[in-house]
Amino acid sequence: MTEAITLVVNGVHHELEVEPRRMLVQVIREDLDLTGTHIGCDTSQCGACTVLVDGQAVKSCTMLAVQADGSSITTIEGMANDGQLHPLQVGFWEKHGLQCGFCTPGMIMAAADLLARNPDPTDQEIRHAIEGNVCRCTGYQNIVAAIREAASLMAAGGTSAGAAG
Amino acid sequence: MIPAAFAYDRPTTVDQAVGLLAAHPGAAKVIAGGQSLLPLLKLRLARAERLIDIGRLSELKGVRRTAEGGVSIGALTTYDELGRDPLITTYGLMADVLPQIGDVQVRNRGTIGGAVAHADPASDMPAVLLALEAELVARSIRGVRTIPMRGFLRGPFVTAIEPDEILTEIRIPAPSGAYGSAYRAIEQPASGYAIAGAAVVVGRSGGGSGPLDRCAVALTGVGEMPYRAAAVEAAFLGAAGPAAAAAHATDGVTVGSDIHADRAYRAAVAAVEVRRALEAAIARAG
Ligand SMILES: Cc1cc2nc3c(=O)[nH]c(=O)nc-3n(C[C@H](O)[C@H](O)[C@H](O)COP(=O)(O)OP(=O)(O)OC[C@H]3O[C@@H](n4cnc5c(N)ncnc54)[C@H](O)[C@@H]3O)c2cc1C
Ligand code: FES
Ligand code: FES
Repeated sequence: MTEAITLVVNGVHHELEVEPRRMLVQVIREDLDLTGTHIGCDTSQCGACTVLVDGQAVKSCTMLAVQADGSSITTIEGMANDGQLHPLQVGFWEKHGLQCGFCTPGMIMAAADLLARNPDPTDQEIRHAIEGNVCRCTGYQNIVAAIREAASLMAAGGTSAGAAG
Repeated sequence: MIPAAFAYDRPTTVDQAVGLLAAHPGAAKVIAGGQSLLPLLKLRLARAERLIDIGRLSELKGVRRTAEGGVSIGALTTYDELGRDPLITTYGLMADVLPQIGDVQVRNRGTIGGAVAHADPASDMPAVLLALEAELVARSIRGVRTIPMRGFLRGPFVTAIEPDEILTEIRIPAPSGAYGSAYRAIEQPASGYAIAGAAVVVGRSGGGSGPLDRCAVALTGVGEMPYRAAAVEAAFLGAAGPAAAAAHATDGVTVGSDIHADRAYRAAVAAVEVRRALEAAIARAG
């Protein structure tokens, strides 16, 4: 048995038929082919699957696709605008905020939620905001620096966080 | 991981939701934010034939002041919404606990009603609501009833909510006179759940500068369910200082033991967190 749902993902409207037991992350990756959103733990712990649902960071492995019916969703693919990287992507690039990159999409989406609420966070606030995101490579230092860099880029007139969708 | 198949309903009113629960006795479960239920369904530690999604019921969202000066919290209000509501964060212990629960993603989805209904023995909010002497409102097709928080928890993951009931509201009474409150916990670093957490409310019924003559202390993570520490309260009201009163934190309680904290360690940190919460609450009472 399937349910009809509507999702606006990165500004694109989708009408989908989904089994109620499927998670949002599966629909994003398998039905919409947006594989930038990763599955790390699949048990709500690591944050690799973080996307924005109506502007709020959510672990998409812990939300049913049917629960998201009617929502606007932003994934990592929706961050760059017309080939121009989002300030968070620039920050991660410039400050070496990634090594293997597995955690990065989730980190960036969690950071987008933070910067939308708090455009000038302290390092401590940044660390608190990415508490639900695990990185096995960087030791977090450069991730914090990257998010701080994005905040300054945005203050200097870049795009606002959580843009598309 | 994918849960076993279930049927799905998304009622648009509370009446419809309780009607659906009554129509499918024993087979239907409600889902709010899903932050506890979905992990269990995915691991197949729990199963549901039918999920009734109450997540969109706007009648159950939001915080308002009651006529009596307390606050009424809709069961579907998220931790994130609570943490940004001045009616809530004016309670010192709420301002302490809300940013500590889970992570931002969990707080964006997890609801206060779901936390209380789930009744994890280490979850933070039930202890906070015990110390605040909250009342819960439950609704079914049979009617509406009010359940005091004290007596609501029946065991690990077991509460007084009947299978055909939905928790609709949490009421916190107006604090009388001058009061201060605090929440202190030591968390298991990976899960964030409390190894021992203490919620304290102290007050002066007369206001002014008299002695603190009201004291409510609740602990979580320590025993088989969150509990009011009557021995600490009695000692404190009998003029024992915070440290001496806190030494009674686990009196009469079977302290749990697991790979994160054995019995002796957990009992010791329970006393420490009670002392810290008492000291902070007293300081805030002024
Ligand atoms: C990564 C992670 C970290 C966490 N860390 C913490 C932590 O540090 N401290 C802490 O206390 N908790 C923590 N939690 C648990 C979290 O607080 C709860 O999962 C959440 O608040 C439950 O609310 P929900 O709306 O998601 O409930 P759901 O998962 O939707 O439901 C939970 C249970 O309650 C029932 N239920 C829900 N709403 C109602 C209602 N209105 N009436 C009747 N029954 C209802 C459901 O049927 C289900 O059995 C964590 C969870 C995760 C995933
Ligand atoms: S994959 Fe969702 S939290 Fe790890
Ligand atoms: S860069 Fe490898 S997990 Fe974070």
